[in-house]
Amino acid sequence: MLYVSDSPHIHSADSTHLMMWHVFVAMLPMFVVSILFFGLSALIITLTSVVCCCLFQWVIERFVFHRPSMVGDGSAVVTGMLLAFNVPATPSMYWIIIIGALVSMGIGKMAFGGLGHNPFNPALVGRVFMLISFPVQMTTWPVAKQWISGQVDAMTGPTPLGLIKETIANGGTIADVSSQLPSWGSYVLGSMGGSLGEVSALAIIAGGVYLLCCKVITWRIPVSFIGAAFLLSGLLWLVDADMYLDPLHTLLSGGLLLGAFFMATDMVTSPMSHSGQLVFGIGCGLLTVVIRTWGAYPEGVSFAILLMNAVTPLINKGFRPKRFSA
Amino acid sequence: MLKTFAIGGIHPSDNKLAANQPIEYLPLPQQVVVMMSQHIGAPAVSLVEPGDKVLVGQLIGEGKAFMSANIHSPVSGVVTKVDMCRDIAGMPKPAVYINVEGDEWLSTIDRSPEIKYECNLDPSQVFDKIKEMGIVGLGGATFPTHIKYAANDDRNIDYLIVNGVECEPYLTADSRLLVEHATEICIAIDIVRQARGIAHAAIGIEANKPEAIALMTQVAGRFESLEVVPLKMKYPQGAEKQLIYAITHRRVPSGKLPIDVGCIISNAGTMFAIYEALQKNKPLFERVVTVTGKGVKTQHNYKVRVGTSIKSLVEFSIGEIPGSVGKIISGGPMMGKAIFNLDAPTTKGMGGVLIMNESESVRQEETTCIRCGKCLNACPMGLEPYLFSALVRHERYAEARQRNILDCIECGSCAYSCPAHKPLTSEIRLGKAKVRAMMPKK
Repeated sequence: MLYVSDSPHIHSADSTHLMMWHVFVAMLPMFVVSILFFGLSALIITLTSVVCCCLFQWVIERFVFHRPSMVGDGSAVVTGMLLAFNVPATPSMYWIIIIGALVSMGIGKMAFGGLGHNPFNPALVGRVFMLISFPVQMTTWPVAKQWISGQVDAMTGPTPLGLIKETIANGGTIADVSSQLPSWGSYVLGSMGGSLGEVSALAIIAGGVYLLCCKVITWRIPVSFIGAAFLLSGLLWLVDADMYLDPLHTLLSGGLLLGAFFMATDMVTSPMSHSGQLVFGIGCGLLTVVIRTWGAYPEGVSFAILLMNAVTPLINKGFRPKRFSA
Repeated sequence: MLKTFAIGGIHPSDNKLAANQPIEYLPLPQQVVVMMSQHIGAPAVSLVEPGDKVLVGQLIGEGKAFMSANIHSPVSGVVTKVDMCRDIAGMPKPAVYINVEGDEWLSTIDRSPEIKYECNLDPSQVFDKIKEMGIVGLGGATFPTHIKYAANDDRNIDYLIVNGVECEPYLTADSRLLVEHATEICIAIDIVRQARGIAHAAIGIEANKPEAIALMTQVAGRFESLEVVPLKMKYPQGAEKQLIYAITHRRVPSGKLPIDVGCIISNAGTMFAIYEALQKNKPLFERVVTVTGKGVKTQHNYKVRVGTSIKSLVEFSIGEIPGSVGKIISGGPMMGKAIFNLDAPTTKGMGGVLIMNESESVRQEETTCIRCGKCLNACPMGLEPYLFSALVRHERYAEARQRNILDCIECGSCAYSCPAHKPLTSEIRLGKAKVRAMMPKK
């Protein structure tokens, strides 16, 4: 018996599952770094988040949609990890993350029909829900310690961005707090305050480069995101260095790199054409700086990406690929 | 930096397993079934009756319509019937059945191995001869060659492009011809170029055929205005519009033909057939067919008389078809057609028979589109395959047309790349057919 089918008869062997697996591998450096700096709590939060995301998706598919579960494609694992990487490593997150996972999967993803249909990045939906519902817990940051010196310290002050926002709001200038900002080295290696996944620029960039090499993402969104944020913050900084943070700190602080490489590049919620991806990245970068500078929250990456997610269908309509024979 | 086309494209492994197998003659079959329609356009009209004796190269079908081509007997013997036969898809097609007796050629055909350089035909005779000899495009489209070069067309053509790309994985028929008959191919290019009054000729060959590039460059140097252009390996480089861009940087506009940008494009195999027709007086009744596949032990490039059944070709090549075979394809894996009827005869346009294992033959189950954009990146025409898929599923054909679905060249790059294993190319084919059906008849 022979098969008969339409051409093409061969396939690249690429699959959704494989792409998700690549994203998972790309996040491992961040995962390792978070455990090194935050210890057991990072591990507990990440595992809880991943298990809950998978479980909630399975339950919804099994009992609400009555269809075979797609948990095996790995997208729930990726969402779970990203969600965990966006929260502080404190014990109160052990249970809050469960709610975050429920919102991520339930409202962020499954309410729209599951993978491929969700307009917003599910992990960011979960994160923003937690940020608004649990503002105190979500902005209480443990200081990441050098792993050699042992235990994670007690709760301490705000992140660099929070510190600046507070100082400016109270009439101070950047110069007043510059001594309290982390050193360049600690940004890169990861001993500054912040969420699980955003503390080490090196780990994020390593993962990002891996994704680029595996062709899971293209350079367009990360580069335009980072570039636009750099340019706008640089412009502001040139206007008034006392009131506005310098561009390099802007890039390295908060979740900007994590957002640019791992959140904004979520293929389901970002544009498909090359030009559309550039527009999307530029929008994310500009909005991030605008929200950080003039918004109520010190951090703007999540909101910026979610806002751009909302206009992605419009970008897809307005910025089509360049036809060969126009 | 090697030249290539503008956007999109994919890099499937080329699997040219038969690349080093010299062309062999397939033994004559006992019977041939010569289809009267081995080309685009109207079938040829049969000139023979049952009982007629025919010689190799004798005209047995006349291309009477404007868009048609002559058919010649590939064997000597007796016509047993003039009837329908079933093609590879199982569709009935008119054909002439001939029982083979001996191998007696028309005396007008020059069977000597000497290479003949001079052509003493004047320009219009060249194309009349091409028509008479039943030459069609051998790259797969089987467009009647004499119409393509129609001498009464007054559009200015300054580029004759010869397609030696053979970008389909597995197929090696053209690259064998380039290596074994470089001089003949160059002679044909030169004659056609001069007869049509074209300033430049260029032959594009992909970088995975260094032997052919080196040899052709050496031979082409002896001819005027004939350039060999090595190209970067990328599929679908051999697609007409892509190859024209790679070599001349001209873009064929939507809905237009190569001739509209001053180009005529022919396959290297067609050029060899033209050489034989003009210089050896030999009609097109045999061609090189690659018989290959990962699951078969021996790889071959056969010179096959058209009308030989595919089954006998495959069985001569690999013996009894093993149970592990899952699919047999006429042509390459990207654009070839899966064969439904193995008893169908070979035709002028069939450049390869690809034998695939069962494990390679089954499509993966389709999952949801994750909007990764890989189909957009792969599309060499700059289209949006994922969008066509959705529009076709919702029967929104007018929008599909507006989004230029008819620009699609059906190269298969989108479906090849799709991580969700969506049958994008198949859906687009359906959409194109529906859109065409909706368009007013010309």
